[in-house]
Amino acid sequence: MTAHAIETRALARRFGEKRAVDGIDLDVKRGEIFAVLGPNGAGKTTLVRMLATLLRPSGGSASVLGHDIEREAREVRRKISLTGQFASVDEDLTGYENLLLLSRLSGLKGNDAKDRAMGLLIAFDFADSASKQAKDYSGGMRRKLDIASSLIRRPELLFLDEPTTGLDPRSRNQVWDIVRGLAASGTTILLTTQYLEEADQLADEIAVVDHGRIIARGTSAELKAKVGGGVLQISLVNAQRREEASRLLSDMLVGEVRANGNGTGLSVDVADPDAGLAALGALSAAGITLSGYALSQPSLDEVFFALTGRPPEPEDGPETEAAE
Amino acid sequence: MSEMTKRLEQAAENAVQSAPAIAARPPHAVSVSLTYAWRALLKIKHMPEQLFDVVVTPIMFTVMFTYLFGGALAGSTDAYLQFLLPGILVQTIVFTSVYTGFTLNTDISKGVFDRFRSLPVWSPGPIAGAMLADVFRFTASGIIVFIIGTLMGYRPEGGFIAVIPALLLMNAFAFGFGWVFTALALSVRTPSTVMTLAWLVLMPLTFASNIYVDPATMPGWLQAVVSVNPVSLLVTAIRDIMAGTPDAGAILLALLAPGVIAAIFGPVTMWLYRRER
Repeated sequence: MTAHAIETRALARRFGEKRAVDGIDLDVKRGEIFAVLGPNGAGKTTLVRMLATLLRPSGGSASVLGHDIEREAREVRRKISLTGQFASVDEDLTGYENLLLLSRLSGLKGNDAKDRAMGLLIAFDFADSASKQAKDYSGGMRRKLDIASSLIRRPELLFLDEPTTGLDPRSRNQVWDIVRGLAASGTTILLTTQYLEEADQLADEIAVVDHGRIIARGTSAELKAKVGGGVLQISLVNAQRREEASRLLSDMLVGEVRANGNGTGLSVDVADPDAGLAALGALSAAGITLSGYALSQPSLDEVFFALTGRPPEPEDGPETEAAE
Repeated sequence: MSEMTKRLEQAAENAVQSAPAIAARPPHAVSVSLTYAWRALLKIKHMPEQLFDVVVTPIMFTVMFTYLFGGALAGSTDAYLQFLLPGILVQTIVFTSVYTGFTLNTDISKGVFDRFRSLPVWSPGPIAGAMLADVFRFTASGIIVFIIGTLMGYRPEGGFIAVIPALLLMNAFAFGFGWVFTALALSVRTPSTVMTLAWLVLMPLTFASNIYVDPATMPGWLQAVVSVNPVSLLVTAIRDIMAGTPDAGAILLALLAPGVIAAIFGPVTMWLYRRER
């Protein structure tokens, strides 16, 4: 048994002239949630499709759970589950039929297959809509059904390709809860996402990809230390004290203090939430009252700006289009 | 942490822990194919209109040709129906054979195919399953057309029992012939392109045949074409069977083209299918 769930060395894939994945080295530990963070067209889906044995690399090598993805594709397939970028459920079938189909394809027979399908439906709150065709499901329900479909057998490694793209906040939170539960059960998870917040919420380790290359990696904390922890925004009750507040913030924080709003607003980059909190405390101690404050996470745009000095350039259309 | 949150998180954890262990041996190719065939039948159950499509055209043709041209072509509509119906049965099944390709292309254009391909099971399963389900489709549409014909007055001289060997032969033909369309389905982007291109093949193939008229009145060059058209060869064999005088030579000739097609387009289809997307 190798130490890593996924190991890639100089893994690459070209589509004609386009280098979708351009030499990626990745080590994903067993049992962790690993997030691949990047904008549309960065090569995330191509990477996942290669690791899930759907696409052959054009260079480099990769092993998944100790098996070479090219020579031992079948062994890899036995141990992984894939939840693709667009919910990979059969829309014409009902939720129950979808799960029953995959139960049977996983080798469960007769009542075992039915029990497993029904059990998953109940676990994920589908009991009421089990006999509705999946095309009538909301995006969030489809995603849940999709993930449930990946859990017929116990996967050692689960790929989740943009599991929350296009979902409303409530469904997104549900998917996050499910992912946490899966991780608690010991499943290794590799997920791709366009949202720093998602990677921050879920992942033990994050790799930021751009143009098919990894441009930064580390834990969420390490990444934020590179990028800056976010932006502290305050608005003052009394506009006349803005100068004083600005000086105080400059003294306490490394970032440049910017004035904004209608004369009462200030914003400043902070390295981490604690620094922001300390600054708020200092303002309060100095008797400067605030009408409001917010500490926002850096967006993917800001992460990219910090790492590359430019905003992400989304490619035209989703990655799968480019992949054809 | 809200109650709901805890519940879903716990549910996910339990779902994994309660999962049956990975089978030592994944399901057999036959059971995989049967499972995919079951899936295709479920789709017919949910969308019976896809069966409707392939049946309405032949019914329209049968009614139209019999009553419009029957008298002029064969002296009476009854006599013409006796001649036409075996041909229409063949036409129905040839049209139906497009559907394997059509449904395959529809599948591929959706994400569900990625999941199938990432499963540790016999990979041609979805194609084999679709073809198995087509046996049902061919038989069902053939029987429906036959019933309509019977209601209009068609009586096979070989007796109603002759329908069974006729359906068997037509199934064998369509099974071989269908590989053209699966190969096509894997080469083009959208299901509607499959349909458009398939019609371009099917219209001349069914009209330049002996389905509607006896080729004796056609110009010599066209007779030559019609006589080697695989559809004509099948129609001839089917007419013999329905007339109660099955002819082994005609049956073998009818199976020649689908045999050659399967031998060429079968491997092509599998190659296209395994090629990555």
